[in-house]
Amino acid sequence: MALLQIAEPGMSSAPHQHRLAVGIDLGTTNSLVATVRSGLAVVLDDEAGRSLLPSVVRYHPGSQVDVGYPAQSMQNQDPHNTIVSVKRFMGRGIADIEDVASLPYRFVDAPGMVQLRTSAGVKSPVEVSAEIIKALRQRAEAAMGGELVGAVITVPAYFDDAQRQATKDAAQLAGLNVLRLLNEPTAAAIAYGLDNAAEGVYAVYDLGGGTFDISILRLSRGVFEVLATNGDSALGGDDFDQRIFCWMLEQGRFEPLSACDMRLLLTKARDAKEALTEHTEVRVTAVLSTGEMMDATLTQTAFNAMTASLIGKTMAPTRKALRDAGLSVDEVKGVVMVGGSTRMPCIRQAVADFFKQTPLTNLDPDKVVTLGAAMQADVLAGNRAGDDWLLLDVIPLSLGLETMGGLTEKVIPRNTTIPTARAQDFTTFRDGQTAMSVHVLQGERELASDCRSLARFELRGIPPMVAGAARIRVTFQVDADGLLSVSAREQSSGVEASVQVKPSYGLGDEDITRMLKDAFTHARDDMYARALNEQIVDAQGLIAATRAALAEDGTLLDAAETAVIEASIAGLEKLIAGTDHHAIKRGVEALNAATTEFAQRRMDQNVRRAMAGQKLETFG
Amino acid sequence: MAVTLSERAASHITNFLAKRGKGVGIRLGVRTSGCSGMAYKLEYADEVPEGDEMFTSHGVTVFVDPQSLSYLDGTELDYAREGLNEGFKFNNPNVKDACGCGESFNV
Repeated sequence: MALLQIAEPGMSSAPHQHRLAVGIDLGTTNSLVATVRSGLAVVLDDEAGRSLLPSVVRYHPGSQVDVGYPAQSMQNQDPHNTIVSVKRFMGRGIADIEDVASLPYRFVDAPGMVQLRTSAGVKSPVEVSAEIIKALRQRAEAAMGGELVGAVITVPAYFDDAQRQATKDAAQLAGLNVLRLLNEPTAAAIAYGLDNAAEGVYAVYDLGGGTFDISILRLSRGVFEVLATNGDSALGGDDFDQRIFCWMLEQGRFEPLSACDMRLLLTKARDAKEALTEHTEVRVTAVLSTGEMMDATLTQTAFNAMTASLIGKTMAPTRKALRDAGLSVDEVKGVVMVGGSTRMPCIRQAVADFFKQTPLTNLDPDKVVTLGAAMQADVLAGNRAGDDWLLLDVIPLSLGLETMGGLTEKVIPRNTTIPTARAQDFTTFRDGQTAMSVHVLQGERELASDCRSLARFELRGIPPMVAGAARIRVTFQVDADGLLSVSAREQSSGVEASVQVKPSYGLGDEDITRMLKDAFTHARDDMYARALNEQIVDAQGLIAATRAALAEDGTLLDAAETAVIEASIAGLEKLIAGTDHHAIKRGVEALNAATTEFAQRRMDQNVRRAMAGQKLETFG
Repeated sequence: MAVTLSERAASHITNFLAKRGKGVGIRLGVRTSGCSGMAYKLEYADEVPEGDEMFTSHGVTVFVDPQSLSYLDGTELDYAREGLNEGFKFNNPNVKDACGCGESFNV
């Protein structure tokens, strides 16, 4: 018979209707899946009892695909068709990938996201990720004895819309319903039950195989805000192995190594590093293919000394993240350790020294993110009584649109809890304008060109009206996964246009942190730029209006008067080309003054026209 | 009339209750639903349910409501592993026939 799990009081499900849900950590190096069983979050192992699934996919000619360990073992023999660390390509264009030349893949520069040519055809990163998710889904369904209602998938906090959308697409391609995308640091905090704890600021220190991320979270009223993120996308446990490897070369004074010996020594280096977690010294022995031998002892003290600079490299971003969040070390209530590399005692010590408190390490750092995701999935699938446990997430970067003059108008500010919807009214800039281009942006800067472009669309069929008369309501809607849809509607005619934002390419974590930092450092420049642009828009509007009036009612002026106005226009146009917003403002005032008399006459004329043919008593 | 736990089931439940951090025991029951008429209920008990029969097996308290007990008398709750899947199993001598998967049954 079917195997049952213990439900929460009153939450037993009907037969055949188990709400099976999982959490998935779709990692750069390894992926995991977990679920809540009889009230406890557990990571699901494969048939061999291994919980990690290497995030490696190998394509064979035809339709056969290997995922995980079998693919990983062929990584060196079949590098073109064995895709490693595909997460780095999710939602990215070829221009976003820094080290294209050093990677063994045959990239295809497709619009939107880069693609990879394999012996099974051209594959997008979404398809490759879908293979990983599919393997995890099969593992989960075998382990839980039924079909999944859905999954919570974790993504780095700095993932932008394109990268989130790509992750969601991959899950759907793998036949998995996405209950929610969850930020990795938030998931780690949930696993430690911090969401049940009192409010406060928490740091999540995540040192994986090849990446380092630090996130500062604030929990208030059940909402985790990401206050700041920072990190180093090329720093991880592998660098520590490398240091031991260099030490081995010094000890052994080896001849130039073959690729095979190099791999052997790197494996030995890794073993030594792991052994030093539990022991104060380790004996390292190796016999190379050349017959050369090494036999030396590495002490923890020596290891700490050779890796001190690496640890220092994680502390600089940590300090920066705290500074960006505007917080001091004393304000951090707890520190969560994530990633296998945080098992190293030297790291734990350095983090403890920095934050002046013992970090949380009692959960397996490889599993903590997955466990948190599983707990959230259990809630979202409806397996727990009460809704007080439902956790909200926030938008990492502000969403807005471009207005006249290349300025950014923020519609949804960053750290707004999601799901959310906000509307803002805009109007036309020119008389008779029948179309409006909506340019959706993400970022903190004042100028559109400094923000990231997410999408563009056009609202057409606006009835011709004088400038400023049309009322166009632009609505931004962000769903619980942080994905955006934008619609624009002209209120009087009901003309509508909308776009589901499937952005063209992504930003790197460094880009995001840089953009955030830029926003702070450039706040003054930006304000100046904004003032300048606003003045230019004003001036252009005034010139256009004056020209239109001259064309229509130029007869009301004599040649000298026209010349004065023309001169003012020319003067203002010259100022617009410059960068002094005060001067432009004065120019606008001058043109206004020059046209006051003209405007008066036009008014009089309009009144006369309106009254012509009417009897006096109509106006009495 | 009695309901028992296998040793394996009892040790898992003890472990689950300890990690869960609350609960006085577990509560078994049956209800009418499913393709073959009846289905099992298996839940944590956070407080002693009023009117329930109470049993102790291998140190774990098991509650059963009186109506359900007539269908569950003599049942042993076991913990089993089938491939990757693991969970609780009702060995109920009263069952006449069950649906393919055994989730619902008839007495």
